[in-house]
Amino acid sequence: MPSSNGRTREANGIEVEGLVREFKGGVRAVDGIDFEVRPGEIYGFLGPNGAGKSTTVHMLTTLLPPTAGSARVAGYDVVKQGADVRDAIGAALQEAALDPNLTARDHMRLQGALHGMPKDERARRGDELIERVGLSDAADRKVGGYSGGMKRRLDLALALLHGPRVLFLDEPTTGLDIQSRTALWDEVAHLSRDEGVTIFLTTQYLEEADQLADHLGIIDHGNIVAAGTPDALKAEVGRPTVEVVPADHSERDRSVELLRPFGELVPGTPQGAAVRLESDGGERLADIIRAFDQAGVKVANLELHEASLNDVFLTKTGRSLEGAQREAAKESETGEQPALEGAAA
Amino acid sequence: MEAAAIDAPLPRGRNHPSIWMQAPELARRSVMRTIRQPAAVIPATVFPLILLAINSVGLKSATTLPGFPTNSYLTFSLAFAFIQAGVFAVIGTGQNLAEDNQTGFFNRLQLTPIHPAALVTGQLAGTLILGLFQAATYISVGLLAGAHIAAGFGGALVLIALAICICLAFGSIGLAVGMRVDAPEKVQSLFPLIFVFLFLSSMSLPRNLIQTDWFRTIATYNPVSYMVEGLRSLLISGWDGEALALGFGCALGILVLGLYFASTGLRERMART
Repeated sequence: MPSSNGRTREANGIEVEGLVREFKGGVRAVDGIDFEVRPGEIYGFLGPNGAGKSTTVHMLTTLLPPTAGSARVAGYDVVKQGADVRDAIGAALQEAALDPNLTARDHMRLQGALHGMPKDERARRGDELIERVGLSDAADRKVGGYSGGMKRRLDLALALLHGPRVLFLDEPTTGLDIQSRTALWDEVAHLSRDEGVTIFLTTQYLEEADQLADHLGIIDHGNIVAAGTPDALKAEVGRPTVEVVPADHSERDRSVELLRPFGELVPGTPQGAAVRLESDGGERLADIIRAFDQAGVKVANLELHEASLNDVFLTKTGRSLEGAQREAAKESETGEQPALEGAAA
Repeated sequence: MEAAAIDAPLPRGRNHPSIWMQAPELARRSVMRTIRQPAAVIPATVFPLILLAINSVGLKSATTLPGFPTNSYLTFSLAFAFIQAGVFAVIGTGQNLAEDNQTGFFNRLQLTPIHPAALVTGQLAGTLILGLFQAATYISVGLLAGAHIAAGFGGALVLIALAICICLAFGSIGLAVGMRVDAPEKVQSLFPLIFVFLFLSSMSLPRNLIQTDWFRTIATYNPVSYMVEGLRSLLISGWDGEALALGFGCALGILVLGLYFASTGLRERMART
């Protein structure tokens, strides 16, 4: 299917079957994962630190040979056709690996030459991308003086220089302030939507995955524990809940009775009543408002709580993503488990 | 971030870019990296000059020893400044590469269709430029301080050529080490070891004047002695084909070995499929 700029979207996807990466000591950082990324979509790979996200990225970008299994990126086998894969992909890995002594323009020049771009094309495209990521004013400054957000933006621009069909972004917004994060999200969405670039995005941020990804894979301890669209995953683990706080707190019990027909009652705030809806939240919300209106119960606050990706993670792994992060940090401190992501590099 | 779209279709990737396109840009990076780090260039150039000043004053009386080849210890010890520059080449080149491994810059390079030979050539280019600068500095300072070059202007040019060969030889050792470590500090830890190795040569005295047998034996087998003597021959005795052949031979031999080990290290390091 042609995208808005005329490039075809065929063979831009990723297919992974039984992919395994085992490190010394038999530790399986990635333990037989399967997934598919459709051409032109944003695939979010969500998981806590040490779950196997970066190891997967390293294998898909040909930096690390898999121990077992197979993967095709942009139609090429990552083991047998490494050079073709590298030609088709761009990658911004976990650390924005830039030379602090070079300027943004120096980086563009070097990267373009390594990709075999002619001198004039290198300069033109480099300048275009520097402008696009908002670094024109800093283009001739040494990168050592850049902020974290500026480095990430330059990293992204470098990954795009040779016109990749598939883009790997390994935790691109970690450590960024909210403004830089939002700007990067916009750019990622634009790349997928308007230029047909397939994007494989690893993240540990639920909001990022929820907002950006067309499809999600949730990875924990090297295994994909859930996969699907963010909405489907959330729908799978739970229906939305509605909580109503009456204006007159003495009408709480009446509120509970009014909500009872709409689903299963669940604990809410002390002043309010809450129900887990039996069917779609949008449809039933209007009925609830009508019921309270007809009963003459004035409402101080009404909230619809959709199931979150954290609920998905909790359901599938038995712990929250935040808890898993803490656990991973503790394991890393005590040395109970090797720093797999680092080892992959 | 600007969201201005690029209307033109994205350029197609290229699978096999020429080494002639890659190597000069990697060399440029290496040179820029070197000259933009005064903290690395200045000590590597000044430290050998300080040692030269101390030695030429403190060990001046050595020239009275029977058989000492010159009455100017400054001229005698000037050769060693070039060798010390080589030591800094080991450390500098190795540290730069280790830093690339540590920061992930090496992965950035690996994700491009980079030719391994371009990577090695590029890294050594910075070493070559620094070596050239150091050689020119030592010759200038030496001449201003009263040293002389017995082989004349042509000898000075050959001196620079040999000094650069020595820098590249030591730089290739730095490459071989840098390919195998992931922290610049690990390269830095080589410094004392290399310095001991340098001192166990004919650096301070001609080999025939070293009285201690074990020291003289080590100095005889130490290739550093022959590199020092090659440089020294141009300064003290004029054109000495044998000394020059041994000096260039040892430097090129080390360069070949260093490049061999660097390339095997590079193969291990570039584990990409």
